[in-house]
Amino acid sequence: MPDGGTLPLVRLSALKRHFDVSPPWLVRALEGKPRQIVQAVDGIDIEIAKGETFSLVGESGCGKSTVARLVVGLYPPTAGKIEFDGNDMSQSRGRAEMAALRRRMQMIFQDPFASLNPRWRVFDIVAEPIRAFGLAKDAADLEQRVGDLLRQVRLTPADGRKFPHEFSGGQRQRISIARALASQPEFLVCDEPTSALDVSVQAQILNLMMDLQRRFGLTYLFISHNLAVVFHISTRVGVMYLGRLVEVAPTDTLFRRPKHPYTRMLLDTIPDLDMTGRQRAPVAGEVPSPIDPPTGCAFHPRCPFANERCSRERPKPVESEGGTVACHAIEEGRLPVEERSYAVRG
Amino acid sequence: MNAPAAPLLQVRNLRVEFPTRRGTLLAVDDVSFDIAPGEVLGVVGESGAGKSLTGNAIIGLLEPPGRIAAGQVLLEGERIDNLPYERMRRIRGAKIGAIFQDPLTSLNPLYTVGRQIVETIQTHLPLSAQAARERALDLLKQVGIPAAEQRIDHYPHQFSGGMRQRVVIALALCAGPRLIVADEPTTALDVSIQAQIIALLKRLCREHGTAVMLVTHDMGVIAETADRVAVMYAGRIAEIGPVRDVIKSAAHPYTRGLMGSIPSMGVRSARLVQIDGAMPRLTEIPRGCAFNARCTEAGERCFRERPELMAAGATRAACWRHDTGGVGAVRTKEAAHA
Ligand SMILES: Nc1ncnc2c1ncn2[C@@H]1O[C@H](COP(=O)(O)OP(=O)(O)OP(=O)(O)O)[C@@H](O)[C@H]1O
Ligand SMILES: Nc1ncnc2c1ncn2[C@@H]1O[C@H](COP(=O)(O)OP(=O)(O)OP(=O)(O)O)[C@@H](O)[C@H]1O
Ligand code: SF4
Ligand code: SF4
Ligand SMILES: [Mg+2]
Ligand SMILES: [Mg+2]
Repeated sequence: MPDGGTLPLVRLSALKRHFDVSPPWLVRALEGKPRQIVQAVDGIDIEIAKGETFSLVGESGCGKSTVARLVVGLYPPTAGKIEFDGNDMSQSRGRAEMAALRRRMQMIFQDPFASLNPRWRVFDIVAEPIRAFGLAKDAADLEQRVGDLLRQVRLTPADGRKFPHEFSGGQRQRISIARALASQPEFLVCDEPTSALDVSVQAQILNLMMDLQRRFGLTYLFISHNLAVVFHISTRVGVMYLGRLVEVAPTDTLFRRPKHPYTRMLLDTIPDLDMTGRQRAPVAGEVPSPIDPPTGCAFHPRCPFANERCSRERPKPVESEGGTVACHAIEEGRLPVEERSYAVRG
Repeated sequence: MNAPAAPLLQVRNLRVEFPTRRGTLLAVDDVSFDIAPGEVLGVVGESGAGKSLTGNAIIGLLEPPGRIAAGQVLLEGERIDNLPYERMRRIRGAKIGAIFQDPLTSLNPLYTVGRQIVETIQTHLPLSAQAARERALDLLKQVGIPAAEQRIDHYPHQFSGGMRQRVVIALALCAGPRLIVADEPTTALDVSIQAQIIALLKRLCREHGTAVMLVTHDMGVIAETADRVAVMYAGRIAEIGPVRDVIKSAAHPYTRGLMGSIPSMGVRSARLVQIDGAMPRLTEIPRGCAFNARCTEAGERCFRERPELMAAGATRAACWRHDTGGVGAVRTKEAAHA
């Protein structure tokens, strides 16, 4: 939880985003098909304190990227509120004021290929935010800053002369990280920032992110499928399932004493690197469709602890060990907490 | 693995070059390996080491000015590196399934995913529109797309990152290929979908003798899927061997550094273990071993002579430490630069 009294840097309240993916209305009329609405994000509340790393985890398609895009204003919400440093982001405001807020938050996209302009040289891609926000004193200062940024992500200033297609997948991902850091943001939304990187470059980038956080008090919203990475980098973790948050907890609590049945299953899927032959257990059951989500608790068709109430009533988040859990079984006290430990790899 | 089946894919002394204004860039240098039917070869290594280019050279999709400057690629004993474009295109559809690192380049944003899969199926298999659609639906279900009946008529941008990646995998499997070249097929996928894709690839290997070249940064995926692993560094293979040996008792110092950088679930620390420094630029590969500037075990010979792959316990590694002559006198970093 954010420190008592201080305002969270980011606050999402009852945030929703639905997408209409219906066939064209004429087809619908002819074939008598109903509208299809994807409830990508279906009412979530998150507070992120200044200087912390809040991570979102959950199955592919559960709505993580949609939350990220909502937060930086790439999609308008269907309902709910986004506040950044006390400013309600849905309120219209002057261009200068908006630009000032925008500078303070940046996003690293899941797909580094789509987010880099192929016709620009890398120097200009990284320099663009510095120019746009007038952060450099003169041309020499600009050169210096871009060079420093490229070095920080383990590229070289000379790479600035090249075009994005001349780089490998992981190198492109690092260009987008350098660009995101260029405007010296306070808040960085990172959607799978290291999944295209080998583990040694990944370690360098994550160490860089943690260093920047210690030095400048950066705040991160971090999305990753790699639970070991999440374990290392996060202050708190939110687990999403089908557009909803099912559990939020401080990192150690979440990994050592997971409460929600879905969180427990998710932790069972962590791959076995010690090659002990342990079979990793895929989360059982079919991934339901967000077009037609199950009633009550969306997890109930796959949950071993589901009962009649679960299929009827949507569980509300309740306080638990410094976080929240949305599960009837936990609330009713019929699901004991289980302790987990992990092997330390030598 | 029942060795020694005749290899399905043979790569011999492959060399990929990029002529640039700043000189010729040697991106893949003298790379050789085989993949047997039913075998999964994992390819790991530093970002920018040449993994994707090796894969693209095999499937005949190097982007100019990149070109194969030397070496051969043989599929089922026949050379495929020198075929005319049209012939190669047909082989690629029918015998080789390619899964690219960037899912968006394989998908046309203007067509529904169903239409794209059905068209690909009908190009390579004599199926009616109805049968092709059924096969497409079946493929989407196999790669774990929920509500496939509805999703099949949606456009790529309406899918999440991981769902798009699975559509690309389905596309690669359309014609029942002999060889699958998969470049980071699971990076955008959560672990449980990953497990499902891995199970699917392994089933294809087992039941149809499909060979897989699996490029990935994810050591968990390698540990569970690959039979053998090749570790690449600066355009060359640094180490190659059975998966267990490479992961548990690597012979090359770079491989060991790589394994050490994997974040562990045991203890949380303020910093992750990293290999300091960066891979040399391909235009500035140093004399001797390409890893010498970052290697803590380098000796004088490492700055003079370049090691080739040699027997190193259960694996083969390009490192002088496994040569009878050794690394030579150990030099400190300062002395090396003097
Ligand atoms: N622009 C869009 N139009 C229609 N549907 C969309 C759009 N963007 C996302 N969706 C749908 O919303 C749901 C959530 O997608 P989102 O990209 O947020 O998932 P995610 O959790 O980031 O998944 P992944 O881990 O695969 O990246 C998916 O079912 C997806 O198909
Ligand atoms: N079109 C190009 N022009 C010049 N250099 C290129 C081009 N394409 C790739 N390269 C260079 O070739 C090297 C190998 O690239 P490749 O894409 O094979 O790397 P990779 O091992 O797949 O890396 P990653 O894990 O980051 O995807 C890189 O250093 C890259 O800079
Ligand atoms: S509310 Fe019921 S179905 Fe949902 S997770 Fe808890 S026990 Fe399972
Ligand atoms: S050859 Fe020398 S520099 Fe290269 S990896 Fe072996 S010990 Fe290190
Ligand atoms: Mg996503
Ligand atoms: Mg690559």
